[in-house]
Amino acid sequence: MRKPFAITLDPGSSLVNHTGSWRTLRPQYVDRLPPCNHACPAGENIQGWLALAESGDYEGAWRKLVEENPLPAVMGRVCYHPCESACNRAELDAAVGINSIERFLGDEAIRRGWGLAKPEFSSGKRVLVVGAGPSGLSAAYHLARLGHEVEIHEAGPLAGGMMRFGIPKYRLPREILDLEIRRILSLKVKLALNAKVANVEQAMKEGRFDAAFLAVGAHIGKRAYIPAGASAKILDAISLLRSMEGEEKPMLGRRVVVYGGGNTALDVARTAKRLGAEEALIVYRRTREKMPAHDFELEEALQEGVLVKWLSTIRQAEAGSITVEKMTLDAKGFPQPTGELETLAADSVVLALGQDVDLSLLNDIPQVEIKDGVVRVDPGMMTGHPGIFAGGDMVPSERTVTVAVGHGKKAARHIDAWLTGKRYGKEKGELAPFARLNPWYYADAPKTVRPLLDIVRRQSTFDEVVGGLDEKSALFEARRCLSCGNCFECDNCYGVCPDNAVIKLGPGRRYQFNYDYCKGCGLCAAECPCGAIEMVPEEI
Amino acid sequence: MAYQPVKYYQTGTFTVGNRLLPPEIRTVQANLRRTNSLNSGHRACQGCGEALGARYAIDAAMSATANQLVAVNATGCLEVFSTPYPETSWQIPWIHSLFGNAAAVATGVAAALKAKNRKDVRVIAQGGDGGTTDIGFGCLSGMFERNDDVLYICYDNEAYMNTGVQRSSATPPAARTATTSAGNVFSQGKNLPLLAMAHGIPYVATATIAELHDLEAKVKRAMELRGARYLHIFVSCPLGWGHEPDASVRVARLAKESGLFPVYEAEHGEVVSVSKIRRRLPVTDYLKPQRRFAHLFSPVEKTDIIARIQAIADRNIEKYRLVDA
Repeated sequence: MRKPFAITLDPGSSLVNHTGSWRTLRPQYVDRLPPCNHACPAGENIQGWLALAESGDYEGAWRKLVEENPLPAVMGRVCYHPCESACNRAELDAAVGINSIERFLGDEAIRRGWGLAKPEFSSGKRVLVVGAGPSGLSAAYHLARLGHEVEIHEAGPLAGGMMRFGIPKYRLPREILDLEIRRILSLKVKLALNAKVANVEQAMKEGRFDAAFLAVGAHIGKRAYIPAGASAKILDAISLLRSMEGEEKPMLGRRVVVYGGGNTALDVARTAKRLGAEEALIVYRRTREKMPAHDFELEEALQEGVLVKWLSTIRQAEAGSITVEKMTLDAKGFPQPTGELETLAADSVVLALGQDVDLSLLNDIPQVEIKDGVVRVDPGMMTGHPGIFAGGDMVPSERTVTVAVGHGKKAARHIDAWLTGKRYGKEKGELAPFARLNPWYYADAPKTVRPLLDIVRRQSTFDEVVGGLDEKSALFEARRCLSCGNCFECDNCYGVCPDNAVIKLGPGRRYQFNYDYCKGCGLCAAECPCGAIEMVPEEI
Repeated sequence: MAYQPVKYYQTGTFTVGNRLLPPEIRTVQANLRRTNSLNSGHRACQGCGEALGARYAIDAAMSATANQLVAVNATGCLEVFSTPYPETSWQIPWIHSLFGNAAAVATGVAAALKAKNRKDVRVIAQGGDGGTTDIGFGCLSGMFERNDDVLYICYDNEAYMNTGVQRSSATPPAARTATTSAGNVFSQGKNLPLLAMAHGIPYVATATIAELHDLEAKVKRAMELRGARYLHIFVSCPLGWGHEPDASVRVARLAKESGLFPVYEAEHGEVVSVSKIRRRLPVTDYLKPQRRFAHLFSPVEKTDIIARIQAIADRNIEKYRLVDA
């Protein structure tokens, strides 16, 4: 080609200039562990199902949720949502209402009749689950999905364990519980009721079970020695709550005193109110700050007119009255007696001092180690006896429904590994803290508050206190999720790169770096809202 | 307002795109088929705000004109880093002549197109603050006065960066450059958007690289109009300002949020809309990440100078009503 004067080269594109060679830092896409997922005792992929709910795919969200937890409608009512306590959004305005969205999905599944697919594969292994509480049901569900044949032996007349016999109706309506249990049983899980297991080894031999998961719960109310006159009426909280499920409602009188400071004490006091008690008084030996019960439950109880006598112990109980002693906290925060006494009217006293486990089914198995009234298990939930696993309230842990469900899942996965000769282990990713986010990009959006039942109806009926969200507010709430540590395809990296070195792969497929041209400036990482890009030193 | 932020779509319109937004209100930059008018392989520094701003603006203009666009470039960083002989990063018809005559050349291109009756082909002139506020100002003022059918875009990085960070008439007070080692003097400065408005031309707007939706809406609006139009884009310069390359967007955002760079648009000399400050910040938040202002903070904090800079921001906030009362 003849070129004009002083022109010696053909025009070319700058694409021949691979500016990637300038780079000293290399951007990489990462998936970090969102704090909600990290905090969930049931190991739910909360960020994952919220991402589906955000786009209105509620069924997809529900299916993602039940991969880890078979009881979303129950969870959405009774879980103490540690996920929300960990939520990064709290640093912006208020935590995402994860629990209310979970309930919405659970209720939506019931309303629309979404079912679970039957397991396609059969391992030929048989597993015995002892106890149909949250832990046992969760284990049975996961074992069934893994292809094992599961039989639950439940000592009580109905499945549900503490969800039925411990949690009052106004927090968990029984039809919701029944529906979610029925869904688990639809996976060909056999349930034998009124079938107390007296000896595990024998039951395993008789039923030709290859492994067992024990989750008998903690149903024996702890007693405290209180000098009492012959006609004083003293009950334990757990028996009282259980009798609420029977035909005959317990007779408590006009003035009910509850002794203890846990959630069960509140449940009893609120139940007493609903049964017609004029006065429900909680006697607790320490202060409100030290109370183990959750603050929102105390708040709801106080709204309903429950009274609390702080820094007090019961010294004596007589027919129609009790004597309490004032306490004071010492330097270490322990309550110490003051000798100051007071007499209060009380028709009945309910002890809510915690529960013990009935471990009689393990009496003849020496390998199983029992300490402090609970069964020791290894990190894989197995007891000292090979093939016998345990979880829920009967092992050392926080006693909540969610923890129990988590135990059931974890045990199921380890039982599966044990039965098939594999190892089960999951690598937990690096956490995504608030400092890794670029919060500028998130729109201001205050939390949606769930409706509360009218106070008069709360004092006299067992109707559910906390309402659910409608579709619009559930969607709004889901969209408040910051998607911490996980790309949600906002196109920011694709947009802010001055060198067009980010390749957009299309919906659902995220992005890729073009390292031929990426100069390593780090703008993509700095402007990524959710912290899903990290800069790592380039190896030279 | 040129555009309304969408609320509650997780990030609304603050991010470049958003899978939950309807495609028609996503940005041009979010599109898989954006033109990438300024392509990869250019030699701008890491994290260059001007390279980013130029692609944002020209891609938006291409989208608004069905790709019928000619760009005239003044001398400056943008010209030098994009077209080292014989390579070019431009994927559009592009012409460079001299430092100071971009507006005049653009006028000529527009006249030629008019002569050929090509109403569909639109003309953009672009340059840095040096080529616009100093060297090219005479030609630019003439272009405004004649109301030639050209959109002139100034990428303002507040000094002559290409030649080694020398002061321009757009350099802000107290900023250190190679020629103002003790910090630029306080003076009236040369506020080009206001000078453009004084010509009464159809459209004048300011924008930053930190607000893409706003920037694209302004380019689109400008291309809907005929006659002389002026767009002033605030682009950060990691090299000349002395901030980290990954802070380019953040520094631009801080300039706007502190009130030092008011973002607004004007038609026929009157301000018609302003982009409000979302979270008002003190000017020190903007000054501190930049080494060109380091002398204000050490060895001793020069509170009097900082107070004067804050007064400029406060005046802008009041004048343009950048914060809702």
